[in-house]
Amino acid sequence: MDGAQSADERGTALDSQTRLLLAVRDRRDRAAFAALFAFYAPRLKAMLLRGGAGDALAEDVVQDTMLTVWRKAAQFDPARATASAWIYRIARNRQIDIFRRETRPLPDDAGREEQEKDAFASVALAEQVHRLRAALRQLPAEQRAVLESAYLDGLSHGDIARAKGLPLGTVKSRIRLAMGRLRRLLENSAKP
Amino acid sequence: MSRKVTHHLPPAMLAQYAAGRLSYAFSVLAAAHVSLCRDCRDQLAAHEAAAGLLLEEAAPAAVSEDLLPRLLARLEEPAAPQDRQVEDGARPSGIYPGPVMMALKGRPPRWWHLGSGIRQALLHHGPGGSLRLLSVPAGRPVPRHTHRGTEFTLVLQGGFHDETGHFSVGDVEVADARLEHTPTADPGEACICLAATDAPLRFSGIVPRLLQPLFRI
Ligand SMILES: [Zn+2]
Repeated sequence: MDGAQSADERGTALDSQTRLLLAVRDRRDRAAFAALFAFYAPRLKAMLLRGGAGDALAEDVVQDTMLTVWRKAAQFDPARATASAWIYRIARNRQIDIFRRETRPLPDDAGREEQEKDAFASVALAEQVHRLRAALRQLPAEQRAVLESAYLDGLSHGDIARAKGLPLGTVKSRIRLAMGRLRRLLENSAKP
Repeated sequence: MSRKVTHHLPPAMLAQYAAGRLSYAFSVLAAAHVSLCRDCRDQLAAHEAAAGLLLEEAAPAAVSEDLLPRLLARLEEPAAPQDRQVEDGARPSGIYPGPVMMALKGRPPRWWHLGSGIRQALLHHGPGGSLRLLSVPAGRPVPRHTHRGTEFTLVLQGGFHDETGHFSVGDVEVADARLEHTPTADPGEACICLAATDAPLRFSGIVPRLLQPLFRI
């Protein structure tokens, strides 16, 4: 199996989780899958616990998510998403399916243009995500916490407001402010 | 598909879709718009990228030791049909984007006549709101009405204009209780829209108020 690495996998610009996911996609590599599990399972569980799940339910969703990662790896495209973004989307789908007994509708791909599959697109995406990571690190701690709450907490703003003892409007306007700050940091980092 | 959309989803709605916080009706509408709009597709990808980065840096919570072996034992198990639907979504068909086809359960809409040639097909009705398709004959105005709650209207065929502007395929109009309007379909072909509300519509023209709960408009 040596030399079987795909062109995508060799791209050094890609983060290590994304490269592991490509090894799963292209070679059904179980060791790479176990490494992905070791990284994501405890983080996904933390997200689900934040969302109000009990221990057992959180682990059910983690197991479902990682099983889906294995089954759907062929659909992963590093030009469109990092491993973390792709796995986050799957985890939310599974969480909605299990918590709400609803299937979250997903956008179709009909409007995607072929050029996005360009070999350079995955490197371009990796660079943008790198800038996004830097911007998130520059964000003041309290605004970063607001964004963590916006993306990682439970399935309703009402739950977040109750957990924090804040009015719903306050939660929403704090999220708006933090997003605005993040956008400005990104815009500044784009300037030469 | 790549014609330029000019009326987009509110930015906060994409963040809420990414985080799984929209009601079913609103999430069908959001996913349908994203299917038709390159800009919002990119915005959604940016939200998910940010969420992914925060997930990477989240303080990990220990998982049971047997979770990985149990998972590895299941890898070759075939996926249940429900699991496949959760992950694959639906294909678009004709004017209907994949998310609308999913809400239609793959079948053609079952239209009800509301009068004046206006037709409606109810796709979902629940405590979180309702979702329906509306078809208005070319050139025909919809009777002047207001809205309870918030309503999003996504154009799937033809176009319409009202006091606030012009809307064509892919565009979303956001209406709330402050908007009282008389949308008029463009000439040419029937205007077909997907409408998601968190409350029932109030018509003052066609159907007496008494009948509104029956028609669920
Ligand atoms: Zn848009």
